[in-house]
Amino acid sequence: MKIGLLINEGPYNHQAADTAYQFARAALAKGHEVQRVFFYNDGVNNASKLTEPPQDDRHIVNRWSKLAEEHGTDLVVCVAAGLRRGLVDDNLAPGFRISGLGQLVETGIESDRLVVFGD
Amino acid sequence: MSQVEEETAVEAEVQAVVKKFMFVNRKAPYGTIYALEGLEVVLISAAFDQDVSLAFLDDGVYQLLKGQQTKALEVKNFSPTYRALEGYDVEKLYVERESLEARGIREDQLLVPVQVVSAKEMAELMEQQDVIIGF
Repeated sequence: MKIGLLINEGPYNHQAADTAYQFARAALAKGHEVQRVFFYNDGVNNASKLTEPPQDDRHIVNRWSKLAEEHGTDLVVCVAAGLRRGLVDDNLAPGFRISGLGQLVETGIESDRLVVFGD
Repeated sequence: MSQVEEETAVEAEVQAVVKKFMFVNRKAPYGTIYALEGLEVVLISAAFDQDVSLAFLDDGVYQLLKGQQTKALEVKNFSPTYRALEGYDVEKLYVERESLEARGIREDQLLVPVQVVSAKEMAELMEQQDVIIGF
């Protein structure tokens, strides 16, 4: 199955960012295709390369980058939501790209399921 | 119609997938950014010629209340945008009756024409959708 993900909450502040990642991993392990992960609202903060959690904590941003590296997963950050929160190309972690909201609608059209992770 | 024209027409039809998108609004218009950024997705989706509808329930019904004044909050009053939805061919606005009643809001206090539906009817509408995005 082709699955699209929408993540609306920031890392560390909300479980949604973790659950989405675990879901993506589980879906891939089951042989599904993760067509795209779209980051919106505070979810854009999942893409900041300036993120530096304490060493004994999980690194949410690097986890996504690694997923993209391993599976070629398309990680898209909303440009408007990113600009509002100071998330631009300069501080974008590897594997992410910035694009418009049309990419989210396109994911809704092209994937068999769009799964939303938010509050 | 020539064969080439016919093939092109068939191709265009295949590409023009129309899905039923429902945007579910559950939160008050101010206090968090969900309502505002949710509305931005609705406007973009209109450009994709999809079958778009909006649902308002819980505190989301406050988004449609007339007479919003946000000056003291120093936040933009974006409620006129709901009136503009019609121009984007977004005309299916469903409001849950139970949510209105629980908050003492009457239909004539809303900014735009809506269809007031019961929670049960709302569930049935959701059942018909291809894509549901909640903010």
